[in-house]
Order: sequence, then structure tokens, then C-alpha cells
Amino acid sequence: MDFFGDEEEYNTNVLAIIQRNHELVPGALCPAASATSSPSPRRRHRRRRSISMAGAMDLPAKGGFSFDLCRRNAMLAEKGLKMPGFRKTGTTIVGLVFQDGVVLGADTRATEGPIVADKNCEKIHYMAPNIYCCGAGTAADTEAVTDMVSSQLQLHRYATGRESRVVTALTLLKSHLFSYQGHVSAALVLGGVDVTGPHLHTVYPHGSTDTLPFATMGSGSLAAMSVFESKYKEGLTREEGIQLVSDAICAGIFNDLGSGSNVDVCVITKGKTEYLRNHQLPNPRTYVSSKGYSFTKGQTEVLSTKITQLEPKVEVAEGDAMEE
Amino acid sequence: MAWQQPMDGSHASGSKVAAADGPGTQRTQYPYVTGTSVIALKYKDGVIMACDTGASYGSTLRYKSVERIKAVGKHSLIGASGEFSDFQEILRYLDELTLSDHMWDDGNSLGPKEVHSYLTRVMYNRRNKFDPLWNSLVLGGVKKGPKGEEKYLGMVNMIGTHFEENHIATGFGNHLAIPILRAEWCEDMTFEEAVKLVEKCLLVLLYRDRSSINKFQIAKITTEGATIYPPYSLKTHWGFAAFENPSKGAVGSW
Repeated sequence: MDFFGDEEEYNTNVLAIIQRNHELVPGALCPAASATSSPSPRRRHRRRRSISMAGAMDLPAKGGFSFDLCRRNAMLAEKGLKMPGFRKTGTTIVGLVFQDGVVLGADTRATEGPIVADKNCEKIHYMAPNIYCCGAGTAADTEAVTDMVSSQLQLHRYATGRESRVVTALTLLKSHLFSYQGHVSAALVLGGVDVTGPHLHTVYPHGSTDTLPFATMGSGSLAAMSVFESKYKEGLTREEGIQLVSDAICAGIFNDLGSGSNVDVCVITKGKTEYLRNHQLPNPRTYVSSKGYSFTKGQTEVLSTKITQLEPKVEVAEGDAMEE
Repeated sequence: MAWQQPMDGSHASGSKVAAADGPGTQRTQYPYVTGTSVIALKYKDGVIMACDTGASYGSTLRYKSVERIKAVGKHSLIGASGEFSDFQEILRYLDELTLSDHMWDDGNSLGPKEVHSYLTRVMYNRRNKFDPLWNSLVLGGVKKGPKGEEKYLGMVNMIGTHFEENHIATGFGNHLAIPILRAEWCEDMTFEEAVKLVEKCLLVLLYRDRSSINKFQIAKITTEGATIYPPYSLKTHWGFAAFENPSKGAVGSW
């Protein structure tokens, strides 16, 4: 149930009216879900029904962003309606390739404007047993898109009987994001190890990708990149890789306001993945009251007592005080 | 950078007669020829400052041999990023200041703290008149004080924000160099260590700042005076496997 009422209900009602009046222009009014529609229900993505007019041609499902409601939203905004905001993950996410595979890292702060909404959220998302993806940008978008591609990869694994490849995840992500023309605000660092070796890619909200030996994304990307550019070299060992990733995330945590709290690390090698949740906790709670925070009676010292009797101030002439 | 126009035209001008302003006059200010980041840090013998020698005209690299660090008096160095003509004007103001100070002939000379204070006043007053000098200035120096030789390093920017720190970076350096400096600076570094740290920062800026060039100048100020070294270049490394063949895992992709 979203802010403006049930969209599906609205659409069906409108379309029923239009259908009756035969005003429907040939073509799917409500494009169906994107290309490889998976049968599993997608969180935060409403399935739109494709319409076939009585007796008219059945057009194939189209993907991409539907601009139908834009005019209505613009009209509402003009009338003074404030759209609900979205939770962004002002973030530092990084990845690097070391000699045996890939190390991914992320901070754990999710912000809603100036407020920290979640002190310890998880930004490293599961895609496949050998592929993980860090997400920056709008939290809902990164979650939904990685979930969706993860399901698609699982179906693909069932169909092919093979381990998923990183380029498969990459292509699925980039074609989805491109078809939404940047409106799905997800900036991702995708990494994994498959039969062809270790791979690390960045994916931008508009759908472009890069293949890199080390990558950073998010608001803290410059701080993290400065650490990488000065210290990265090829052929790092596992310990060096984890250390460098932690250093880069810490640089983001301490030098960027949008990033903070803890460091999550994920190490992917051939045949083994280790998700080190909260690998470093560089922001511990330093003060904790020794007496605890429940204040029982008798804990506060009474210095003096003064009791004042309350006297009635109002003289009621006749009738009830509460009358009228 | 979009600069908001003042609502009415009746603001006193920076240097012209106020009567010339009528309604609708705008103090339009965009920087034209700009220099990029300056980095500076305190070390054992004094202060070291470095920047590249480029000045861009919008997105063109127009000038490649520009000196953005100059000595001020006997005790200070000034480095500037931002509009280069405003920096030249500031140098003229500082010339006047040091000259009139010299003419007092009282054996005292302006130290870095005094010059920094003067520049802060100039920058803040200009911003209040909506006619800013579009620079971020870095002021470093060493002067004998009550506690012996005191090193000083501070910064002023175009809106008058000023502070003193052990390490300073302007422009893109704020995002790319400060994290490195905060992690790796320590008290009383030797000159070689300080140069290494500065070069580390300059290299990252060269890789990741589009308006920087591979021609740098380092300057230092100590009790002996200011030394500005001749420009030189840094070695860059581009030989990563992924750079050479990004589509190795899947032919036809990128």
C-alpha cells in the first residue's frame, strides 16, 4: 500500500473505463515487468498487467520506465504536495582484486538526510555463492536490484547446471539499470570469482560499467580512492588485501560525513567466500554508565522537602462549577 | 560553480565608486583562470608547501608553467588555488603591506600569523561586499616567538573561513589528500619524509583530479628563509592487468 493508494486498483479501474470507451491506443498502456520476469514476487516493485483489448492484437510485454504517472505527479507537486523522501546510503564501498580473488568492503551507516537511520546496516549483498555486490545510493534501489538479479542468477543456475559468472550478474544489472534511465539510483561494486578468474566491476545508476583492479563508490569514494591510489599494487596477499580494504573504508568513515560506524569485509576466492560482518568496530560506545540506566526510587539523593497545600482560588456563586 | 546574484543592485563595490551602481547591477563573479589544489604541512624545520604549475581556463589547460606559491616577506609562503588574477591582486596587496611595514624601520617584520590575519580580514570584507576574491589561500611560515621558533600553517578561503592546522589542502585536495595526511602526518618529520608524503598526495591528485598536470613545485620555509624548488614530474603507473585488457573475462564486454 503506497502513499497514494493502491496503484493496481487505480490502474484497473481507469483501464476498465477506457476499455469500455474504446479509447485505448494500440500498445501496452501498462508495460509488464522487465525482460526476464521471474515468478517470485519482487519487493517494492508492483507488477503491472499488460492489457489486451477485446479482439485487438496482443502485444508483447515491454520493459523500462513507465512515464504514465509523471504528468499526474507533476500536477500534484504543483498543487503543493510534498513527495515522501527516500533513504540514501551515503556510503563508502570498495573492492579490490588480490592474488587469489576479490575483497569487497563497505561501511555500515545508512542516512536519511542529516540523520543516521541505521547505525549498522548491511551493504554487501549476496548475489551468488561466489558473487557479492556492494551497493551505494538509495537503499531500497540497491536492495531490490541485487535481490532481483540474485533470483535471476539462481534460476539461471538451475537452467544451466553451472556456477554463475560475474559477467552474467553484470549484464543483468546493467541492462536493468539502463532501461530505467538512471531513475533506479543504485551504484554498485560487483565482485566475484568464477571459472574465468577473479573479476571486479563498478555499475553506475545509468547502466555504464567499468572493469577495474580496485574500485570505490559512494560519498566516501574519494577518501577511499586516495588510500587505494597510494597503496595498491598487484599480487597482494589475502591479509594485505583485507588490511588495505579496511584502511580505505576507515578513511571513508573518518573523513566523510555520510559514512560511519563499522567496517564490513567480504573475501571471495575460488571455491570459498568469507563474509566478515563487522570486521572492524572503530567507533565503540566509550561511555557506559556503571550504575546502569534504570533509575529506581531511592537512587536520587533528597536534599530538602517543601510541601505546599493547594487552596481553591475560585468561589463558585451558585450552580455547578462545571456548568456551561 | 553557480554564484547567487544579490537581490538588489545597491551594494557598495569593492574598489569602484558606489554611486556607479544602479538597480539591476550584478556583482557577477565566476572564476575564469583557475589553479587547482595546494597541499602544505608542518615538518621539523618549518613548513613545506606544494602544488602543480597548471592554470585552467574552464575545461582547457591553458597555462602550464604558473607559479602558485610565492614568498611573503622573510618569514612566510603563500599558496593559492582558485582565480589566478585574484591571487595576483592579493600579491600586490601583500607587497604594499610588507613595504609599508619595512618603512617603519623598527627592526620588526611581519610573521606568518600577522599575514594570515591580514588576509582573513581582506577576504572576509570582500565577501561581505559581495565582491569576493575567488581563492583558497594557504599561508605557512616560521618566526621566532616567545616560545622559540614557532611554525605556523593556516588557510583562508573566499568566504573568509580561516583556521590553523598541521596540514592543509585546498580544492580537491580536501577530499583526496586530507585523508592521507590525517592518517600519515606526524610531528617533526624530516624533510625527506615530508617530501615523500607530499608526493604521495600529489600523485593521487594527479590521477584523480582532472585539472591537475604532471608538473609540480615544492617550496619550503625555514628559519633560513624561503626556498622554492624548480618544477619536476612524478612517475605514474598504468600497468594493471585490468587496464590492459578489461574484457579478459568476457570477450566483447567492457
